[in-house]
Amino acid sequence: MSNAITLPLVASSNVTERENKRSAHEMFVETAKLTSEETSESRATREAELANKMRRRRERVSSLVHATVPALVGFALFVLAWQFLAQINNQIPSPAKVWAAAVKLFSDPFYSKGPNDQGIGWNILSSLKRVGMGFGLAALIGIPLGFMIGRFTFLNRMTAPIIAILRPVSPLAWLPIGLLVFKAANPAAIWVIFICSIWPMIINTSVGVQRIPQDYLNVARVLNLSEWKIFTKILFPAVLPYMLTGVKLSIGVAWLVIVAAEMLTGGVGIGFWLWDEWNNLVVEHIIVAIFVIGIVGLLLEQLLTRIAARFEFNEKS
Amino acid sequence: MNHSFHLVVDNVEKRFDTKQGDFLAIRDINLRVNRGEFVALIGHSGCGKSTLLNLLAGLSLPSNGVLVCAGREVKGPGPDRGVVFQNHSLLPWLTCFDNVYLAVERVFGGKEPKAKLKERTEDALKLVGLSHAIHKHPNEISGGMKQRVGIARALAIEPAVLLLDEPFGALDALTRAHLQDELLRIVAQTKSTVVMVTHDVDEAVLLSDRIVMMTNGPAATIGEILDVKLARPRDRLALAEDANYHHYRKAVVEFLYAKHKKAA
Repeated sequence: MSNAITLPLVASSNVTERENKRSAHEMFVETAKLTSEETSESRATREAELANKMRRRRERVSSLVHATVPALVGFALFVLAWQFLAQINNQIPSPAKVWAAAVKLFSDPFYSKGPNDQGIGWNILSSLKRVGMGFGLAALIGIPLGFMIGRFTFLNRMTAPIIAILRPVSPLAWLPIGLLVFKAANPAAIWVIFICSIWPMIINTSVGVQRIPQDYLNVARVLNLSEWKIFTKILFPAVLPYMLTGVKLSIGVAWLVIVAAEMLTGGVGIGFWLWDEWNNLVVEHIIVAIFVIGIVGLLLEQLLTRIAARFEFNEKS
Repeated sequence: MNHSFHLVVDNVEKRFDTKQGDFLAIRDINLRVNRGEFVALIGHSGCGKSTLLNLLAGLSLPSNGVLVCAGREVKGPGPDRGVVFQNHSLLPWLTCFDNVYLAVERVFGGKEPKAKLKERTEDALKLVGLSHAIHKHPNEISGGMKQRVGIARALAIEPAVLLLDEPFGALDALTRAHLQDELLRIVAQTKSTVVMVTHDVDEAVLLSDRIVMMTNGPAATIGEILDVKLARPRDRLALAEDANYHHYRKAVVEFLYAKHKKAA
């Protein structure tokens, strides 16, 4: 969801910037040429070209405006509605109050006054560390498993019903099992991340393997390539885009789950902090936490989208 | 007796198991191809010409009968047969060089030093006139160029037989004509044995020594075989006014549209 809004924005602004630089330089060259002696005919065509360039440039700028203005309007309306809600319900802090609280929190993000009172920076980092571990383990197991399920029909039929049953289970339903086995909150939270973020990676990787065009496999067959060559030269590159989509979905799920898991397990972390502030009834901190969770989630997804874009190959044309 | 032939197809039959039951695609296929011969398989769509080519490639196995390539029975795909697919089938994440190198390495790797493998790859791309695009990716070159890379990949492994499955079918008419001329040159230069599936009458007459005309499916078989006795090297422009050329062309057209007309 968030990609759809932010990506075109980023892309178009980059393009416009580059275009501006380029056309500014070109216009300089053009005018320099214009001052030299030329026939009126070629001057006319040059002027026409110049006008064309200006027009294109204006179009780029206006497309940028078209992309950003609605977003800004939406944001303004959102803040306005929030302000209105704060006005009619004085329990909800106003945007200004939340902003002030956020500024104060982020002015000293890395203080530490014992395990239950740490800076917001530490809370975010602890949550990211848990997500990283749970997600990393899930990738380590889920991706190779996805490859095998995609490659061997028997394995696919064997695992499909189990995956179908376990995948829709709510993340928190897994928590007691983690607590039971690990007897500690932190590994239990990592376990929940692991079990919830493994499914998209298994499923996407195996679907990617199954969708490899028959043409590529025919190449492998007519050349009698070894299994290792098939894997490195055909399977892996062909599946990579699917795999990265799975990874992206997984990291989204992992970040969703961490907050819930931390609320229940406690310790240090953004989810725990949110719950703690609820107990302290500091509502503006709760709202800050919501925004922090949203923005960190967005950044994680953007990061993976960028990585995925590097590995996209163009099959068409 | 059979040893004198480079490629032998003996009483071959292919059935498919479909949802509607047993389907007999081709039957009683008998064909002998000499070393250095260029044979075209022509017929209406659905006549099983591609099925026959897949059997030669070893991508599928016959339900009955035997295929022999260079004295060895075809029991699966193998690098003694170079295959060019209709849709080029290049791996998009590899450059033209790497696409060809993959094949070269498979066949000659371990037997020859790396420099030699590299040289073979470059030679193959040079043969098809692509030395300038050697480090480009498939999405950076035109459809005609991609098909050249496909041909280079098939020829680089020095196959006993070159199998072409409608190699120019997806190209526009001008590019196709150009590549046909190139293929004539390449085949003359490499003295390759070629079996080519086509549905283009002019292409068949221009390129082949023999044209194998297939009846309509199901249960298709070889209807007639036409010897094309046109001198080589062949020139497209000169042949346009050659009476023999038109005679051969007419024979194929008659077979396809008079004797074995397909209900559209």
